[in-house]
Amino acid sequence: MQMTLPRTDSGPGLNRRTFLKLSAATGGGLLIELTLPGARALAADGAALAPNAFIRIGRDGVVTLVMHKVEMGQGTYTAISQLIAEELEVPLDSVKLEHAPPDPRYADPIIGAQVTGGSTSIRGAWKPMREAGATARMLMIQAAAKKWAVAPSRLTARDGVVMETGGTRRAGYGELVDVAATLPVPATVTLKDPRDFRLVGTPTRRIDARGKVDGSARFGIDVALPGMKIATVAASPVFGGTLAGVDEAAALKVKGVRQVVKLDHAVAVVADHMWAAKQGLAACKPRWNDGAHAKLDSAAIFAHLEKSSAGPGAIAHKAGDAAAAMQSGTRHFEAVYRQPMLAHLTMEPINCTVDVKADGVDVWVGTQVPGIAQAVAAQTAGVKPEQVRIHNHLLGGGFGRRLEVDFIAQAVAIGKQVRGPVKVVWSREEDVQHDMYRPPYLDRIAATVDAKGMPLAWTHRIAGASIMARFFPPAFKDGVDPDAVDGAVELPYAIPAVQVEYQRVEPPAVPTAFWRGVGPTRNGFVVEGFIDELAAAAGQDAVAYRRALIKDARTRHVLDLAAEKSGWGTPLKAAAGTRAGRGVAVMHVFGSYIAQVAEVEVNADNEVRVRRVTCVIDCGFAVNPLSVTAQMEGGIVFGLSAALWGEITLADGRVQQSNFHDARVMRMNEMPHIAVHIVSSAEAPGGVGEPGTSLAIPALANAVFAATGQRIRTLPIAGQLTTA
Amino acid sequence: MATINLNGRDVSVDMPDDTPLLWALRDGLNMTGTKFGCGIAMCGACTVHVDGQATRSCVTPLSAVKGKKITTIESVGEAKVGAAVQAAWQKLDVVQCGYCQSGQIMSATALLASNPKPSDADIDAAMSGNVCRCATYVRIRAAIHEAAKTLA
Repeated sequence: MQMTLPRTDSGPGLNRRTFLKLSAATGGGLLIELTLPGARALAADGAALAPNAFIRIGRDGVVTLVMHKVEMGQGTYTAISQLIAEELEVPLDSVKLEHAPPDPRYADPIIGAQVTGGSTSIRGAWKPMREAGATARMLMIQAAAKKWAVAPSRLTARDGVVMETGGTRRAGYGELVDVAATLPVPATVTLKDPRDFRLVGTPTRRIDARGKVDGSARFGIDVALPGMKIATVAASPVFGGTLAGVDEAAALKVKGVRQVVKLDHAVAVVADHMWAAKQGLAACKPRWNDGAHAKLDSAAIFAHLEKSSAGPGAIAHKAGDAAAAMQSGTRHFEAVYRQPMLAHLTMEPINCTVDVKADGVDVWVGTQVPGIAQAVAAQTAGVKPEQVRIHNHLLGGGFGRRLEVDFIAQAVAIGKQVRGPVKVVWSREEDVQHDMYRPPYLDRIAATVDAKGMPLAWTHRIAGASIMARFFPPAFKDGVDPDAVDGAVELPYAIPAVQVEYQRVEPPAVPTAFWRGVGPTRNGFVVEGFIDELAAAAGQDAVAYRRALIKDARTRHVLDLAAEKSGWGTPLKAAAGTRAGRGVAVMHVFGSYIAQVAEVEVNADNEVRVRRVTCVIDCGFAVNPLSVTAQMEGGIVFGLSAALWGEITLADGRVQQSNFHDARVMRMNEMPHIAVHIVSSAEAPGGVGEPGTSLAIPALANAVFAATGQRIRTLPIAGQLTTA
Repeated sequence: MATINLNGRDVSVDMPDDTPLLWALRDGLNMTGTKFGCGIAMCGACTVHVDGQATRSCVTPLSAVKGKKITTIESVGEAKVGAAVQAAWQKLDVVQCGYCQSGQIMSATALLASNPKPSDADIDAAMSGNVCRCATYVRIRAAIHEAAKTLA
């Protein structure tokens, strides 16, 4: 779900015929090789794409898919299995998925790395997986036709069996695979008419649920190996600081502690179990050289952003002459929006298990990027990448955190000094205080409106860190980070003159990373907040104002439906002593069209309670509506938590938050009622992992304005409301 | 060396008495269904039952559970209520990443064992100590009501 790469929603690449290759599988059966385009490849028409996904149909009839996309809760495994099973005509439960090992063969052909992110998995798999399934089905029919010397047209396939129409002969796929493997790839493949789908588009329960309800699912943190030690770490509390010394003897006095490992910027205590490691770490009282950032605080970071964004940035988008048009209107509006650093707080704390030996390294971890993990482990250990074996696991939450490999490098550095396997587990405090954070951003936005209050000119300068410049340098072009401006450059609104600029401002010392919803989540807050400001200034209804400006039918439809389903415009009841309000937001992001209406109540103590969220999504063809709804619910709450309370602050160079008591997230008793409506559509699928988050934040902020009259231009909301 | 009654059997674990039950389960006994989430009883991922009560194992030392019956996610399904909760969880497709769900199921089962027909307010009170970052809360609530219905 968690990162965006430059992409198109329906580029020509999507219409290219999927490259398929057939061969006999090792050990018998049929092997089909195909290419799952990555986010970049969606737009790269005509590129020669090497296969990066493999479907094996065994003599037992089991269909095994080996691919690079990982499961971190987003439901990809289930949805991709549906696509194959539908066209292949097999029951869903006969499809098995395997984590791909790190291997260039599984790489995104354009990025050159194995990445799960950007709400791209289903968008990329939609056509190739169905074509592969349909091809395999045709091969099974042709194999049976050959075996029985009948015309293929007399045969049908269903539930993993080929049957003769009007005859008695039938054969399971397992009996046909060896013959199928000798056949040529069919010249044409006909996909099912979506009206004939039995599996795709129907609410389908997850295929990975059983192990997650009985405790048997294995996450990276659950790895157990013979002789394995457990280590826990403390890194310099000030970013960039170095280890000055430790009381090693005190740590070793703790029963069960085996070793103290000193790194340049951290110390690890290795023990028989986590409790001993934790006590040992406390006992060794690490001392630090704080270095240059000992006095860094959040105010300084924002002052730096403020100053650095005063001048013009690189042009990310230009339509018309915004500077001239700015002079033409009757009223002018300007605003500055500020968004804080955020932590990911995956439920599974950061962990990585390694066994570093002279001839190679084994790494057990849950990662969104096995190829990058392999490279960094090899580099750290001083071995070749092919000497590193990554054993990937289920991810106990990703949200962008497990796109990063800082903790894998650290674990390997520790493992180099430890004999035998060692599992490095971070405390929650270490996770909060040494995350790679969603960077702080500052946006300067302005508009000029005509006599009716409609915008004539719109300028938006976005200032903040570029994750892309570090993560995928080729995407950072001409000073513009395409993710940082995503959601700001292609506005759904018809405005005659628009100019969007990006100014790269890296916060001193603080490591930054992608965070669920990435660029569109930051820009959604600003754009949908500011358009709401203009609507209010024009004295117009927030839905009607947007509606008058919206350019395309799908965006208009989700907005209309959200207004209707939320009871927009009907009177709101507020309990005595509280103020209530509704806010709306609408966007076209991650290939999906989405609108949300949030309904809030603000009490006398200025505490905000979200009562209800209505979400309408047009994500094209909804492969698994049950999963789409789940992603909306989860994405919305992820955004609400951040908007209400999310903030990582620094004082004296140190992160001030440490655990769930001061890094607050939404809980059961704070949950709004959430109603998700999926627009029925035959269009190619859009992403669903992130857009829920992107819209929840502005919808909530606008609802707070409706309730209180106070415009939210800085997040989080908590603590900034004053009583009217 | 401590002896505890775990899932109906007496087992020994070679750890000091002040060791939190969580680490005895995970690192001492390789019972990894119980999850580490925060270490300070703020997230509920480590929830187990001690004499039927939902208990945060990350702050419960071994010394506090001697002579008591401990149940973990690995065996909660052997009893009727736990089995109903797990079935409801699957029927309503609750899980996403799944990491917190052992704790959610243990809390929900303890709730239903003592309160067979919980109201939404009861669910809020019993479940608000369990954080889910995927925010499966909507379905957790529905699944608790569903399990209550099947048990009635």
